[in-house]
Amino acid sequence: MAKKKVTIFKKILIANRGEIALRIIRTCKEMGIKTVAIYSTADAESLHVRFADEAVCIGPAPSNDSYLDIARVISAAEITNSDAIHPGYGFLSESAKFSKICEEHGIKFIGASPEMIDGMGDKASAKATMLAAGVPCVPGSEGLIENAGHAIKMAAEVKYPVMIKATAGGGGKGMRICWDDENLKVNLKSAMQEAKAAFGNDGMYMEKFIQEPRHIEIQIAGDKYGNACHMSERDCSIQRRHQKLVEETPSPFMTPKLRKRMGDAAVKAAKAVKYEGVGTVEFLVDKNRDFYFMEMNTRIQVEHTITEEVINFDLVKEQIKLAAGVEITGQGYEPKLHAIQCRINAEDPQHDFRPSPGKITNYHAPGGHGIRIDTHVYAGYTIPPNYDSMISKLITVAQTREEAITKMERALDEYIIEGIKTTIPFHQQLMKDSKFRAGDFTTKFMDDFEIKKY
Amino acid sequence: MNLEEIQSLIKFVAKSGATEVELETGDVKITIKTPNKKKNGEPDTIIQQVPVGMPPIPVAPAAPAAPAAPAAPLDSVPAADDSKYVTVKSPMIGTFYRKANPEADVFVNVGDDIAEGKVVCVIEAMKLFNEIEAEFSGKIVKVLVDDATPVEYDQPLFLVDPS
Repeated sequence: MAKKKVTIFKKILIANRGEIALRIIRTCKEMGIKTVAIYSTADAESLHVRFADEAVCIGPAPSNDSYLDIARVISAAEITNSDAIHPGYGFLSESAKFSKICEEHGIKFIGASPEMIDGMGDKASAKATMLAAGVPCVPGSEGLIENAGHAIKMAAEVKYPVMIKATAGGGGKGMRICWDDENLKVNLKSAMQEAKAAFGNDGMYMEKFIQEPRHIEIQIAGDKYGNACHMSERDCSIQRRHQKLVEETPSPFMTPKLRKRMGDAAVKAAKAVKYEGVGTVEFLVDKNRDFYFMEMNTRIQVEHTITEEVINFDLVKEQIKLAAGVEITGQGYEPKLHAIQCRINAEDPQHDFRPSPGKITNYHAPGGHGIRIDTHVYAGYTIPPNYDSMISKLITVAQTREEAITKMERALDEYIIEGIKTTIPFHQQLMKDSKFRAGDFTTKFMDDFEIKKY
Repeated sequence: MNLEEIQSLIKFVAKSGATEVELETGDVKITIKTPNKKKNGEPDTIIQQVPVGMPPIPVAPAAPAAPAAPAAPLDSVPAADDSKYVTVKSPMIGTFYRKANPEADVFVNVGDDIAEGKVVCVIEAMKLFNEIEAEFSGKIVKVLVDDATPVEYDQPLFLVDPS
């Protein structure tokens, strides 16, 4: 492939806050790109504001009037003459409307096109696209269940256990797990009654019920010339109420064969949608090592850090280069080391993880070989109550998983954050848990984990 | 009592909102008074530490260890002699213009009287011109931003004497 000459951006506006804004600013600085930080009045003292070349206050504390307000963000880009906007994660990073408006204003959105965001956002159409591309999805019925006989036929194809779901459904209503034909007949009747009562529509469809799955995702990258590659997996099964708490790579459940199959599927998915930029394909993996497409995230992720550490690669830099029209390097990356990330939140683990905003009176970060901290907080910083509770990402890298865990224990012991409650004590207990240490966990792990009093 | 303990005590008194606290412990007697709030809301704390049995030793007022319950946010925080003025702040991000168009006159000059609702400037964002109205009446004391300059949210635009 001949190297095409591209001009990297001169100035990027970071449409985000907190640790990810700082992360992006750091890579831009290394690339010689000028940075513009935007901030709400609540974030005036935040580190990302200090570290950027320019900063624009865009509104009051509530996100709807600041970070999520497209008009304000675009105005800030205009008055600073920014030629690209990096949306980070969350906020407007997966807003098709924002992507389109950037396009209309001649500002490069460092993320997916509006069509791609829409395509992947609609679960039904995403699944259809993936199936057409040959990516395994959760097996299910095509169309609605016509009657009990039809249901039994479907179940034979999909294979028990199956989940029957109300097509108009939500909130867990009209859903049943079925283990055999008799079970299915009885449950179908009651589920339909429930659905009719709750949604006025008793239409039902069927999906395979994946028991105690692992959440394993594949990092991908694609360029505008149709090339795509994957950079191996991250295991994010340790979740509480669908919020990830700990991520690691490689997954303790992975084998070289499974990595090849999942990696190939992820690259197929990327090419099928002509994906440009960095993204992640999320899969559910069952105990038989069968994997199923769950969703595709068309942005940089919170846990991109552990992939960076084990393959020695700056993903944000790659993301910016791809947006500028540079090609991917064209090869896959296998993890050479083991990395674990603990998300440190301003929450009280002893009181149901309730948020604990306030002033950090004392702060001392761990250091030494194999430690990385991505954070925007410092001693004297006041955490505003208006945004999410993640204040820091503590990452350890080592030759083996056992060493990465030991390093994490050492680092957590060194980490001092006073004045607020944090989840550091929870992570300390988790690192000592025998099932965690054995790599024996699924997405159900946190349901059974009990915090010991401290 | 050591210095740390005294500082903790001052913080506690300031936070509690009490105006005078007297403490006698062992051979030490301490009186803490918070007589006045300064303009910016910080109390003037006076401390007298008197070891019982000894003549009173005058102690210079210590710098307040922590401000008392925060004063209601003032609309403007200018220098001491501007304290009676209020500022018109930008409600949006864009480019500040003093005139409706290059041929027109400026909306307001220093010395002009303005009534609530008077258009004082326009701010342009994404090719749309937004008229900015004053939210109070008074006299323009100072124009804080040059014509055709970018402004951000909450940026002070005009200093106004409301009297």
